[in-house]
Amino acid sequence: MTIVLAIILGLFFGFALQRVGATNPQNIINMLRLKDLHLMKAILFAIGFSSTLLFLLAGLGIIDAGHFSVKSAYTGVILGGALLGLGFAVAGYCPGTGLAALADGRKDALFFVGGGLLGALLYTLVYGSIKGSWLFDKIAGGKVMLAAGADKYQALVPAVPGVLLAGVIGVAFMVLAWKLPDKA
Amino acid sequence: MNGQLNWFKGGLLLGAAFLLAVAFVKPIGVSTQFVIADGIVWNLFSDDIVREDPASKTGYASPNSYLNKSGGKYAKNVANPVNYSFIFIIAMVAGALLSSRLGGPRAGVPDRSAPEVWRQRFGDRPGLRYATVFFAGILVLFGARLAGGCTSGHMMSGMMQTSLSGYLFAAGAFAAAIPAAVLVYTRK
Repeated sequence: MTIVLAIILGLFFGFALQRVGATNPQNIINMLRLKDLHLMKAILFAIGFSSTLLFLLAGLGIIDAGHFSVKSAYTGVILGGALLGLGFAVAGYCPGTGLAALADGRKDALFFVGGGLLGALLYTLVYGSIKGSWLFDKIAGGKVMLAAGADKYQALVPAVPGVLLAGVIGVAFMVLAWKLPDKA
Repeated sequence: MNGQLNWFKGGLLLGAAFLLAVAFVKPIGVSTQFVIADGIVWNLFSDDIVREDPASKTGYASPNSYLNKSGGKYAKNVANPVNYSFIFIIAMVAGALLSSRLGGPRAGVPDRSAPEVWRQRFGDRPGLRYATVFFAGILVLFGARLAGGCTSGHMMSGMMQTSLSGYLFAAGAFAAAIPAAVLVYTRK
């Protein structure tokens, strides 16, 4: 059953990435050099809309809050994000869109995926010698979220109901998506 | 652009994909599967990179400390490639193919080697583009693994859940990506 879900949800995600134009590196590069914010608007709207609904439906018990999976916050998250950002800007691909771009027949995506496999292998090989270093020093307790919503994870702002806080943040993302100019 | 959805419809569709995934199974993530793919190939040529180990939490272990992390979680998925997360990624590529065949945006022949913005800046030199993108791919996946996730897992799924790590990741990624893109491609 989980394999059937993997196929359905994977197809849907790939379809969405392609249809929104995220598999086209031109759109990513133009977003990052602040020339064409189409994709930025779509991403902000997607995060705001899905976040608001997620907390609402989880609060109502329609979505199982046990499905939340919050990743740990540590120094390497910021540093790794920055390394990824450099490659992302030059290539116009991130791991998901680079793979999905293969379906567009993009040959440069093939080289991106090849480099990605090598990068992941290099990390697999060096991990043993960097684990336990300052790179993995936790920030604010590690696996934490701003809004309360899942019992497994600590909320940074427990005083405010999670649905309300996530709703305010989500609506702010959606308004920002709407207000940002398309072309800069 | 032909076939491409506007930001509102596109955002709805993309948001729905992330929401449905967490509603039915778990948040979407991609970059871990590059490690699993490497491991599957490694496992073809090695007898001991992944082995069954009743003492480990998942029943699998590896002499490589990354594959052995979290009770052998990655080792288990390397040994069993037909698992949710790996099949999800293969289906994702198929979904993109479906979209492009069913009226989605199409890449023109020159765009399949390099996007227009690259060709305007560096000319029609596919070899240079391929080499550059290969090195960019190394950086992107090394960075994603150091961060413990990528644009999908940290930024989209993470910020959807209001997780601190998602915001930190997005801050690090855009703080590097925007100046880099402006520097490499200029604002013209």
